[in-house]
Amino acid sequence: MAKKFMKGCEAIAEAAVRSGCRFFAGYPITPQNEIPEYFARRMPEVGGSFVQGESEIASINMVYGAAQTGVRSMTSSSSCGISLKSEGVSFCASARIPIVYCNVARGGPGIGAIQPAQQDYMQATKASGNGGFRMIVLAPATVQEAVDMTYEAFDLAQRDRNPVLILADGVLGTIMEPVELPPMRSDEELRKLREETKDWALRGHKAGEKKLILPGGWQGQEDRCKANAAMYDTWEKDIQVEEFLTEDARVVIAAYGVSARVAKSAIRLLRKEGYQVGMIRPKTVSPFPYQSFDKLDYGRVKAILDVEMSIPAQLVYDVELGVKGRCKVHTCLRSGGEIMGREYIVNAVKEIYNV
Amino acid sequence: MMKKVYTRTAGIEADMVSGFCPGCMHGLIFKLIGEVLEEMNLLEETISVQGVGCCGLAMEYVTYDNTTAPHGRACAVATGIKRTNPDKLVYTYQGDGDLASIGLAESMSAANRGENISVIFVNNGIYGMTGGQMAPTTLVGMKATTAPEGRNPAMHGYPMHMCEIMNQLTAPVYLERTSCNTPANTRRTKAAIKKAFQNQIDQKGFSMVEIVTSCPTNWGLNPMESLEFLNEKMLKEFPLGVIRDRS
Repeated sequence: MAKKFMKGCEAIAEAAVRSGCRFFAGYPITPQNEIPEYFARRMPEVGGSFVQGESEIASINMVYGAAQTGVRSMTSSSSCGISLKSEGVSFCASARIPIVYCNVARGGPGIGAIQPAQQDYMQATKASGNGGFRMIVLAPATVQEAVDMTYEAFDLAQRDRNPVLILADGVLGTIMEPVELPPMRSDEELRKLREETKDWALRGHKAGEKKLILPGGWQGQEDRCKANAAMYDTWEKDIQVEEFLTEDARVVIAAYGVSARVAKSAIRLLRKEGYQVGMIRPKTVSPFPYQSFDKLDYGRVKAILDVEMSIPAQLVYDVELGVKGRCKVHTCLRSGGEIMGREYIVNAVKEIYNV
Repeated sequence: MMKKVYTRTAGIEADMVSGFCPGCMHGLIFKLIGEVLEEMNLLEETISVQGVGCCGLAMEYVTYDNTTAPHGRACAVATGIKRTNPDKLVYTYQGDGDLASIGLAESMSAANRGENISVIFVNNGIYGMTGGQMAPTTLVGMKATTAPEGRNPAMHGYPMHMCEIMNQLTAPVYLERTSCNTPANTRRTKAAIKKAFQNQIDQKGFSMVEIVTSCPTNWGLNPMESLEFLNEKMLKEFPLGVIRDRS
C-alpha cells in the first residue's frame, strides 16, 4: 500500500477513524490540537460525531456516555488536560466502559511547557485516576507505530471493556513521517462490532432486560475489584517490547517513545566506536516488559542506563523492578520541554561503560 | 367485578420499595417520568442519566436503561449518548448541587449548544445525600451544615435561578419551573415533563424542567412543615411558570 506523509496527530486521528471510532470529543490544548481539528473535518465524512467540549472534563464525560452505547469513542489531550480527565477515565475503568484516549504529552508539572516531555509516565501507568485501576498503555516511538497502536487500541479496549491510553509526546504529535494506513473498517464491520456490545451497552431495552451502567455501588465492590485484578493478570500476552542489540550488550539503555528514538541514534554512534550498547524499549509501558530485563545476562551486562525526558526519573522504577538489583541502574535525564540530544546519551554511556 | 382504575406505572419496577425519605418528592417525580414515558410509548427507547445524589437510588427502581454520571457531568454524558443515538430519548435527572454548582459548565454549555436532550432539575435548596450542605439554590438565611448561621449574602451570594440564567441563552427551546407541592402542580409537572420529552422527539433541542421540591430530612422539618416551607419560602424565591417556550 502507498505510504502517506502525515503529521502524528492527524495520523492518530485517521487511524482511529479507520478502526471504527465514530465519536470524538476534545478540548483545545497544545500540542494535540490537530487531533480534534482533524476529527472535526473527518467525522461528518464517515457519519460520526465530533463535539468540541466546554472542557477536558466535559469531553471525557461525553466519551464516557457515547461509549456506553457501544460506539467506539475517543478523546485526547495533553498532560494537564489529561489530569482533568482522570475522574472520567476512572469512571470508565470502574463501569468497564471501553474508551481510547491519547496523551500528547507536554512538560509539567502544572501547566509546564508546550514542548514535548515524558513527565506523565507514573500517572499513565500507575494512577490515571482514583481507585487503583490499570489500563493498557501504548507508547509509540514513530508515527507509524502511533497509527498501528491507535488502530489496535480500540480492539483492546472493546475486548477488555477497559480504557486504553496512547502515551505519545509532543514530538510524535507534531512531526511528519511517511505512514502506511490500516484498512478502513466498513459500516458492516462496525455494525458487527457494536453488536458484540449488546450484553452490556445502553441501547434502549424492554422491561426486565434493562441495562444499568454502574460506576460504583454499595454492593459488589470487592467482586468488582477482583474481576479487574483478574483482567490485569491476562495482559502478559499483550506486552510489546523492542530489544535492540541487547545480545552482546554491556550497557543496556532503557527508554520509550521519543527518548528511545534518540537513544537508538546514540547506540549506532557508540557501536561504530566499539561500545557494546543495546536498548530495551517498552512499547507497552503497561503491562511492562519486566521479563526483558529479567532475562539479561548480568554476568555481561554491567549497567543499565535509564533515559527519559523527565526529572525526576519515572520509568526507572519499572526498570528497577525488572533488574532486581542485579546491576546498577543509572539515569540520563532531561526535563520536559528539553529534547535530548544524542551526544548527551553518548556521553552518559561512556561515563558508565568502564566503571 | 372491580374495575382497575389505577396501577403502578410500567416505568417503575413492580416489586420495588423506594428508599427515599418520608416527604421526599423524588419518588413522585420518578413516577411521573415513568407515566409519561409509558404514555408516550418510549420506555424501551429511553436512556436516562442520573446525577449524583439521592436520585441515584432510582437506578434500581426504573425499568429502562440508565447510567450514572460523575457528579455534575450528566449533561456531558447525555450529550455523548444522544449524539451517537439520536433516535433514543435521553434525559438527565439532576439535583441543585449537581446541575448548578459542580456541573454548572456542563449544564450551561449543553443548553447553549441546544443539545437535543431533556433535563429534569430537582431543586430543593440543599445537598441531600451528603447531609445538608449549602447549595447554590439555598435561600438567604436558610441554615445548612456548611452555613450554620444561615446563608449570608455577604459571604455566600444569593440563590441561583437556573431557568432565568439559561433564559439568557439563545438556544434552549423550553424552560419551565414547576413544583409537586399540590395535586394541581404535580399534574402541571407531569405535563411539563411530557412537553420536554416531546420537544426532544420533535428534534427541537434543549428543554429543562426545574421542579422545586423539599428535603424534610436535611431541612430538619417534618413532611408537613416542609410543605409549608416549600409553599411559603421556596416558591417565593423560585416562582413557578413557563420561563421560555419556543417550541
